[in-house]
Amino acid sequence: MNTKNLLYILKRIGLAVLTVWVVITVTFFVMHAVPGGPFLGEKAISPEAQAALEAKYGLDKPLFEQYVTYLGDIITKFDFGPSVKQRGRDVVTIITDGMATSAKLGVIAAFGALVIGIVLGSIAALRRNRLIDRVIMVITTAFVSMPSFIMGTLLLLLFSLRLQWFPANGETWQGLVLPVITLSLYPMSYITRLTRSSMLDVLGQDYIRTARAKGVSRGRIIFGHAMKNSLIPVITYFGPMLAYIVTGSLVVEQIFAVSGVGRAFVKSITGRDYPLIMGTTIILAALIVIMNLIGDIMYKIVDPRINLE
Amino acid sequence: MKTEMKKNPFTMHIDVDSFLPASAEEKEYMVQMRPSTTFFRDGVKRLLRNKVATVSFIVIVVIALSSLLIPLFWPYAYDRQLGVALGKPVDDSYNNLAPFEYGATERARIEAGEFVFPHLFGTDSAGRDYFIRIVYGTRISLVVGFFASIIVLIIGLLVGSLAGYFGGKVDLITMRIVDIIYSLPDMLMVILLAAVLKQTKLAEMIEGTFLERVGSNIISLFIVFALLYWVSMARLIRGQILSLREQEYVLAARSTGAKGSWIIRKHLIPNCISVIIISTALQIPSAIFTESYLSFLGLGINAPMPSLGSLASDALNGINTYGYRLAIPAVVISLIVLSLNLFGDGLRDAFDPKLNG
Repeated sequence: MNTKNLLYILKRIGLAVLTVWVVITVTFFVMHAVPGGPFLGEKAISPEAQAALEAKYGLDKPLFEQYVTYLGDIITKFDFGPSVKQRGRDVVTIITDGMATSAKLGVIAAFGALVIGIVLGSIAALRRNRLIDRVIMVITTAFVSMPSFIMGTLLLLLFSLRLQWFPANGETWQGLVLPVITLSLYPMSYITRLTRSSMLDVLGQDYIRTARAKGVSRGRIIFGHAMKNSLIPVITYFGPMLAYIVTGSLVVEQIFAVSGVGRAFVKSITGRDYPLIMGTTIILAALIVIMNLIGDIMYKIVDPRINLE
Repeated sequence: MKTEMKKNPFTMHIDVDSFLPASAEEKEYMVQMRPSTTFFRDGVKRLLRNKVATVSFIVIVVIALSSLLIPLFWPYAYDRQLGVALGKPVDDSYNNLAPFEYGATERARIEAGEFVFPHLFGTDSAGRDYFIRIVYGTRISLVVGFFASIIVLIIGLLVGSLAGYFGGKVDLITMRIVDIIYSLPDMLMVILLAAVLKQTKLAEMIEGTFLERVGSNIISLFIVFALLYWVSMARLIRGQILSLREQEYVLAARSTGAKGSWIIRKHLIPNCISVIIISTALQIPSAIFTESYLSFLGLGINAPMPSLGSLASDALNGINTYGYRLAIPAVVISLIVLSLNLFGDGLRDAFDPKLNG
């Protein structure tokens, strides 16, 4: 790796850190625009939580000082304060509790989307304009246009209420099948389309023709020559895919009653648990930013031809 | 002949034949066989040749027109609870009607030989005609999608063209801001802003103005779009302008004394108009997507005004018995987004000359 690449990576990391800081700042000040402020204003706060919050953030102190305390706690102790609705639990505990389930859901969905998407995309590209290509493209176009909550509710209606194949409650592993499918259909379709177009692009290139002219077998051309290069654009989708899965999981966990971070987040919004909203927004945002960063860096490393800005 | 001309550039030997009136035969030579086509007309022609895009366009127009026209003659209002009448106890028989079923008093009227307009999709749990709620929900979704992309277009166009044209420090600062907003996880920020704007005094602020009729939640939705979604548009337009302003005709215009605003309006924008139209068209489905998503989470439209997202979300409660109530908004929203996407793709194929390989 040359210095130019290193410089680019450092610049990207700088931007990522800046973005996370902006998220924290925006979240904090936007939340303070709520009448009464995020930590107050609701009557249902338990006295203990109230006292803990006042002591911690000095709610009588000027806004900027509270901000510095909030930011400082996040950086030094990874502490987002206590929840005002769930007694005696702090934001980080609630999120880490939910994260175990959500991460399982997200990782399986992402992995499945990647594998199936690449396979379907390659098939479509290799059988271009044949029936199977047409079918794959029509189906993926339909899936790309369907919001995740629509997909989720329809799957719920069909497979767990009508056919009763899977439970509607996402506590057991059978219950996780439908949420995983819901989450993965959109990225799967997107990756399929991405792989197809980049594969077609690669197959039209000179070095493939050269390989064919040399008498290299079809399998070797596809797996040895074309596949690697056609997967490069897929890497760029890494970050957006995670962002989609994170935001998608908000509604999917709601629909299938999976007790993950997404459900906790939605509950915190409807219950106006402001410290929890702030904490979840910041942590999920940081996650997405980091994944985008990794995707970008990987992209530059994998393809040495790509010239850095 | 040519070499001779070069040797004697000031020769007085003029070929007199060149100055004779053209014969009829020669005139025919100059007749326009076919009127020259404009860029726009050419694009439309190409668009019409694309069957998928044409069908999608027809679907969009039919949906938009019916969402505008049906409420004019439909006998039920979207917020009218049919079982509730002044001075009478609430009539439960109107709640949760299946398609083409009637409430108690309506049945009595039918017995008496009166014509009662059928409830095509039945009624919801509060006894409201479900068909008209779907129509209104569609209307809201389309309006939000349309205006949100107009807002995005205006802001993006303004910022992008200024940054691209002036370059230098202006460009550097705006693009850093754009970079940061671009890397913000948009959905999370949208949820955050929508959740907060819902709690602020926005509703009081717009009281009495025409905005009140629109509803504070839609306004906050527009604010969210105005704050976050302009960046990709601005980036796109800046990129276009940066490459266009190096073109010779811009230099020519400048050397004849054209001002900055003139060059932007007359030379730069017309040249990147196709890219702008395409990305605005593709912005609409994504705005509809976002609105329905937020409505589904309960952060969208104020009740009793329905949107397709909130209708789907409400239907989730009775999903076991009233599955069709979920399926209908689901199908409508997928149809809208799908046809807008396909139409946008068609627009891109027809209007982006660089893509015509």
